Amino acid sequence: MTETQEINLEELRHLVSERALTGETMLLNMGPQHPSTHGVLRLLLELDGEIVVNCIPDIGYLHTGVEKNMESKIFQKAEPMTDRLDYLNPIGNNLTFCLAVEKLCGIDVPPRAQVLRVMLAELERLSSHLVWLGTSALDLAAMSLFLYTFREREMILDIKELISGSRMMTTYIRPGGLWRDVPVEFEAAVRRYCDVQEARLDEYEALLTNNALFRDRTIGIGVINTQQCYEWGVTGPVIRATGEPFDVRKIQPYSGYEEYDFEIPTEKGGDIFSRYMVRVREMRQSIRIIRQALDKLPFGPVRSNNRKFIPPPRSELGTSMEAVIHHFKLWTEGFHAPAESVYMMNESPRGLLGVYIEGNGGPTGHRIHYHTPSFVNLQILPLLSKGHFVADLVGIIGSIDIILGDCDR
Amino acid sequence: MNEKLLPAVKALSERFAAESHEYAGEVWLTVSPEHIVDACKAARDEFKFNLLTNLSAVDYWPQETPRFHVVYNLFSSTDQVSLGLRVPLDGNAPHLPSLIPVYPGANWWEREGWDMFGIRFDGHPDLRRILMPADWEGHPLRKDYPLGYEEVQFTFNVGDVEIRKPRPRE
Repeated sequence: MTETQEINLEELRHLVSERALTGETMLLNMGPQHPSTHGVLRLLLELDGEIVVNCIPDIGYLHTGVEKNMESKIFQKAEPMTDRLDYLNPIGNNLTFCLAVEKLCGIDVPPRAQVLRVMLAELERLSSHLVWLGTSALDLAAMSLFLYTFREREMILDIKELISGSRMMTTYIRPGGLWRDVPVEFEAAVRRYCDVQEARLDEYEALLTNNALFRDRTIGIGVINTQQCYEWGVTGPVIRATGEPFDVRKIQPYSGYEEYDFEIPTEKGGDIFSRYMVRVREMRQSIRIIRQALDKLPFGPVRSNNRKFIPPPRSELGTSMEAVIHHFKLWTEGFHAPAESVYMMNESPRGLLGVYIEGNGGPTGHRIHYHTPSFVNLQILPLLSKGHFVADLVGIIGSIDIILGDCDR
Repeated sequence: MNEKLLPAVKALSERFAAESHEYAGEVWLTVSPEHIVDACKAARDEFKFNLLTNLSAVDYWPQETPRFHVVYNLFSSTDQVSLGLRVPLDGNAPHLPSLIPVYPGANWWEREGWDMFGIRFDGHPDLRRILMPADWEGHPLRKDYPLGYEEVQFTFNVGDVEIRKPRPRE
């Protein structure tokens, strides 16, 4: 046991300051089982009294080998694994994967499926931001908000259960469209949710935005500027809180985001409070997008008619031999992707989520790589936390919104 | 090809003898390992590719030359175009220069490349394993690394499987 520790110290020697070697500063382990680290994240802190001198994140506790596993599965069977990466944004992960597969194979998506995809992705963004708002306010000792946000998130989970039967890992979006059409109750449920959420957002803001304690804990803490964000590849609410309107939905629109009227909220501060304001304002924009999508939801099929990639509807199997063959081939062998590579970007609640897929002419991906926002965000944690108190570090971790499943893959 | 991308692709492929390949609207340039840092620097400073959006590798085992491709995707937030770069590497002790001087954000992704593929990034200040435990042997995303699984126990072989089951090291 002591041997292992010595080796670790030797390895980390170049990461801590000279003062740690003489014992002037203290090395302290935070995590991996610390409630405020939002998962299994271990931080090795070098402390001068209560002030953070160095912060060395140690990740990999939730590494599940999803990328390796996906390489051995056909595309349809690899998709459910994407749900488990970022467990607060399963629909967004599915969407990115399906967009990449569609780009690789050249599959079309009917308009109704596009609109539903946008609507679901925005609902998922709201649900993710609600969890973020509740838990990160909890880290800063605002207990009651946690209960309120989870109450509203429950409505989104109910909607997801309504459409797919599953509350979290839906795998509802499939290459070429959706699994099936939404039930008739869907529209009313979403409209009701939008109305409720809009009013409740004002309640959350009444609790936090002008709360003196909350402002003291957040303003001027964990500051980063736009230039640093670009250098470190940080995107999402963190870069938007520095005043840069960088959003993949606007700069490289996918799934027809260019047809919706919405704004990219930005703030100037670059601190925790700005990131909080950006996320809350983003939730209002998401509601706006969902309402527009509900108003324009066209009728029609929700799956592509390209039978070489998309299984035929169940009703055809009794009457058409062709359909039976396609059904059999697609569910046993899968569809073949060309030996080419594509990179698809998507705006997840945490920032730019990219997926790199390379085919090899067969039914499995030769390489599937997820470029995840949590990994990038966590990388700047040492930068953000230097010179702050340990108590503020907890708030900073909350404000960059990391999901360890997304980070460790 | 996007017309905003055209000058960058033309200049980079002439200067660094890079082959370009286009698929589904994406442009990929194949650059040799010694040119990758200069190519990225030129892309960042002259053609405004200010964001590194992807860094990963692909293994083509059992093919040996090249066995690996290191893949980079750059994005320009001013022109809103993206550009892919590929660096072929041989299978025997693969290494290439680190991209940290150009994009500091490459740090952890290069550590992941070392961890998962055993590709050395020369000049990296902190090339440790990142996702796997520090004492792990092998590089899991290589194609010759087996995909582990659990043997199914039946009544007739329950004892045999019990003995063979992998256990954590003492």
